[in-house]
Amino acid sequence: MSSRPVLEVLNLSVEFPTDRGPLRAVDGVSFSVEAGKTLAVVGESGCGKSVTALAIMGLLPPGARLGGAVRLLGEELVGQPGAAWQGRRGRDLAMVFQEPMTSLNPAFTAGEQVAEALRLHEGLSPRAAMDRAVEMLALVRIPDAARRARQYPHQLSGGMRQRVMIAMALACRPRLLIADEPTTALDVTVQAQILALLDELKRDTGTAVVLITHDLGVVADHADQVVVMYAGRIAEAAPAAELFERPEHPYTVGLIGAVPSIEGGATRLASIEGTVPDLRDPPPGCRFAPRCPFAGTDCETPPPLGEVHAGHLSACWRAPLGEGSPLPEPYPPGRDPARTGASQAA
Amino acid sequence: MGLWLLRRIGQILPTLLILSFLIFGLQQLMPGDPALILAGEERGDPQVLAQIRAELFLDRPLWEQYLRWISRVVVGDFGFSWRIREPVGALILEKLPVTFQLAGMAFLIAVLIGVPAGIVSAVKRDRPVDWATNGVALFGISTPNFWLGIMMILLFSVELGWLPPSGYVPLTEDPLQSLATTIMPAFVLGSGIAGVLMRHTRAAMLTALAQDYVRTARAKGLAERVVVAKHALRNALIPVVTLGTIEFGRLLAGAVLTEQIFTIPGFGKLIVDAVFNRDYPVVQGVVLATALIFVLLSLVADLLYMAINPRLRTA
Ligand SMILES: Nc1ncnc2c1ncn2[C@@H]1O[C@H](COP(=O)(O)OP(=O)(O)O)[C@@H](O)[C@H]1O
Ligand code: SF4
Ligand SMILES: [Mg+2]
Repeated sequence: MSSRPVLEVLNLSVEFPTDRGPLRAVDGVSFSVEAGKTLAVVGESGCGKSVTALAIMGLLPPGARLGGAVRLLGEELVGQPGAAWQGRRGRDLAMVFQEPMTSLNPAFTAGEQVAEALRLHEGLSPRAAMDRAVEMLALVRIPDAARRARQYPHQLSGGMRQRVMIAMALACRPRLLIADEPTTALDVTVQAQILALLDELKRDTGTAVVLITHDLGVVADHADQVVVMYAGRIAEAAPAAELFERPEHPYTVGLIGAVPSIEGGATRLASIEGTVPDLRDPPPGCRFAPRCPFAGTDCETPPPLGEVHAGHLSACWRAPLGEGSPLPEPYPPGRDPARTGASQAA
Repeated sequence: MGLWLLRRIGQILPTLLILSFLIFGLQQLMPGDPALILAGEERGDPQVLAQIRAELFLDRPLWEQYLRWISRVVVGDFGFSWRIREPVGALILEKLPVTFQLAGMAFLIAVLIGVPAGIVSAVKRDRPVDWATNGVALFGISTPNFWLGIMMILLFSVELGWLPPSGYVPLTEDPLQSLATTIMPAFVLGSGIAGVLMRHTRAAMLTALAQDYVRTARAKGLAERVVVAKHALRNALIPVVTLGTIEFGRLLAGAVLTEQIFTIPGFGKLIVDAVFNRDYPVVQGVVLATALIFVLLSLVADLLYMAINPRLRTA
């Protein structure tokens, strides 16, 4: 398991110039993914997940300032001319976007759009590329793929379109697939099918997957490693099972509490009080402090991301939270982190 | 789709019929008695006037005049010019190609300048190229055609002596000379449309470039050139094509004035002369023919729109 990671992200930072000063959307993020594994990046909306993904793809909007390192199979991409990155995209590096309804070009058929990548990267003839495109569409379980290949996006359902996106992304068997909330826009059954499909394709092709989501339920079922992001920084990073068993950051604890839980037939969605801070003017110390029930004066100094257990990192002065947690009952009843998923009083 | 086309064509006839009413009715509002003008020197002689009126059925009730005219028109007979004593149909067929050549060249110039300029300024948004292009477009749109025409004549004909200031040579007679006589008026006519097309192309491209599918195209590893020219442009052209067809119609109208400046014997000159001479059959014929062209153009616009918009083709 000590093979060289497919992707290494080191101290990544992204800054956007805005009318009201610079906005640092990603600040010192590091992680790596190995072949055939899934790394989940979780966090609330606005935490910098998509910006991280676009930075890895080299698709940040013009004007964005990128710092740190992005290494694909050991090769550094940051600082290289745009053409180097472009040559990797679609071939080694692929992405499925959050918006299946708008991510396909309405002017071309599904088949044409999948075939395009094959013609570009594998030099296939139009005929051969189309044949392969149909195979790919069948592979992602689009029924009657040959007919669907001739259809335009508006003739396909959302789930179908996302399958086309996945077929397109996987057509050239990339080494890394970034899936940015691939199922958020889809209904629950389709969501489960798409995620299962991603797992299966990952197993068969050995592709490394970065799965971005704000849904911890998805993480539990599909990820090997998890990175929890908060306000542009990593709050916690751990193997998936470990993270759920023993979360070591109050934000993660809150997120786990915010997973919908069924009790007595009713579904209740708990959530963390407050909102993500304005990244133009973040809190000076720990960025989670304004919302953190454990916060103290020491939290005015930013906590470093340190190893709490082997392979388990947390950026919190209180970590490890453990049994002897300094503050009892930090969350209201029913959201006690230590007993997540256990029977809870309403 | 076949049904749609049939219905669409079915609409053309009633449209033209209503128009023919309007043309005929509005014409009666034109000041001046045609008989008086046609009588010329003899306009003082009531007998001559009466004779002219009788010959042209001007002494009959309006509805009868209309029926006489329209019943011939529906079988393709536009009658005779009162003034030049030639069949109106022949006059139209003679002048129409001249105006079409002029408008066609103007449109080509407009498209060749306007669309690429729009693309470039969208891609280079908010940079000097964009500002310069927008400035030139504004100049093209806001400059009156007659002023630009006169300036061009002064420069290229009077000052430099490169191009003839006026006149027209048919394409079939001497293609090169024909182009020389039409290039200036075509440019004058096309410049305004180029500006309009540029702005619309720019706006449509900016919209297209901001779409998620453009990001998908980039994520595939396509070169930026391909992303712009294939993925964005293909969608941006949908509104631009529709607009282009409408602008082509406007071009035909604009040709009237431009033909006057460059004394080109086209449709514009035909109708202006006819109005001054109260040559009703010619006026009616030309206006009806123009209306037909407009209706056909809008049909072409719809068909083109369908051809490039898969949403409509496969609905
Ligand atoms: N092009 C941009 N210009 C300025 N700010 C941006 C831009 N794109 C994203 N941001 C900001 O960066 C932060 C992170 O956004 P994002 O990565 O999209 O969050 P999410 O975790 O929901 O995917 C947000 O505050 C967002 O407003
Ligand atoms: S460092 Fe302090 S404020 Fe930040 S998460 Fe830990 S306890 Fe809360
Ligand atoms: Mg996002």
